[in-house]
Amino acid sequence: MQTDELINVLGADAGPIARSAPVRRLALGAGVGSFIVLVLVLGGLGLRPDLAEATVGVFFWIKAAYTAALGAAGFWAVERLGRPGVSAKQPARLGAAVLLIFVLAALAQAFSLSGPARMVALKGVSWTVCTRNIAVLAAPLLAITLWILRQLAPTRPTVAGFAAGAFSGGLAATLYGLHCPEATFVFVALWYTLGIAVSGGIGAALGRWALRW
Amino acid sequence: MDELESTLKPLMLDGLDGDAQAHARLLKLLSERLRAYFGRRLSTSLDDVEDLVQETLLAVHLRRATYDRAQPFTAWAHAIARYKLIDHWRRRKIRATAPLDDVEDFVASPPVDVDAGLDLTRVLSTLPPRQRALVEDVKVQGLSLSEAGLRGGLSEGAAKVALHRALKVLAERLRHAD
Repeated sequence: MQTDELINVLGADAGPIARSAPVRRLALGAGVGSFIVLVLVLGGLGLRPDLAEATVGVFFWIKAAYTAALGAAGFWAVERLGRPGVSAKQPARLGAAVLLIFVLAALAQAFSLSGPARMVALKGVSWTVCTRNIAVLAAPLLAITLWILRQLAPTRPTVAGFAAGAFSGGLAATLYGLHCPEATFVFVALWYTLGIAVSGGIGAALGRWALRW
Repeated sequence: MDELESTLKPLMLDGLDGDAQAHARLLKLLSERLRAYFGRRLSTSLDDVEDLVQETLLAVHLRRATYDRAQPFTAWAHAIARYKLIDHWRRRKIRATAPLDDVEDFVASPPVDVDAGLDLTRVLSTLPPRQRALVEDVKVQGLSLSEAGLRGGLSEGAAKVALHRALKVLAERLRHAD
């Protein structure tokens, strides 16, 4: 088929395109994915027994704000990386700033504690499962996000995959906070961050081949 | 560059608002730029260049929702063309691991048929008859989508959906055609 003939065919398929179509599709995917993660947290892990008291305290919300901010930076980056020729520097800077602030807070807390107390804070009661739980919870959301991202036009598959993983990990970690009772900067900065990073790594590895079009 | 931008962007915006003529004109102008862009970067045959032009036009068309109206159009189109070029090279590298002893192919005379768009023609023949007929009917200007649909016993709405689906399948299969 000649190129001019193809153009005739594409012209016949022309029609108005909604302005915010990509964002809306990604947001819908995020909604469906979050619901699945929430079901997994409630059904598979259960709420933390002291949830009602915890929500009165400050740290519960600081923890949620930290992971949600990382997730939001990831979502922003995904939205930008799905568009050819658009840079993701701003969301990357946001993510780095959030991470830096939280890690500094964790370091301050670590130095304020005595040696044994520091280890107690670092290990909490769930350090052996925290990172894995977050990465596993993020998986369904990551799959949905990659599937939608593939229908946009990511020209940097690995970076876009990482952003999708960071977004999924951040959101999953936020919902995981409904189950996990850990309440120190030290613990969250290490194990939660690691969980989100693992999800980002999985996203980058999958993105390399899944985000081709 | 600025002149190109000021020609193409309004056409793109009109096309996004549903102006089919502006859209077709944009693709026509873009195809000339793409032909030059790929031609300079591919030392292989002209067939390859035209196949890549067509694949890129399909991508530009099917993924135009990812264009942010606040951004320059040429940057968006260039990023897609560049991606398609890199993807083409990557696929070629994988193919380079194919057996090296197919001497017969090498010795045999090269095909004289240099008709453009061989891949697309080949991929088109893999579509179900109804979709293929629809594409064949609208590819030569003159027959509108609703007329082409009527010939195939489809309402205009159904023809629209069928054509769009056919193009998505074509784009997907075109990537694996070579």
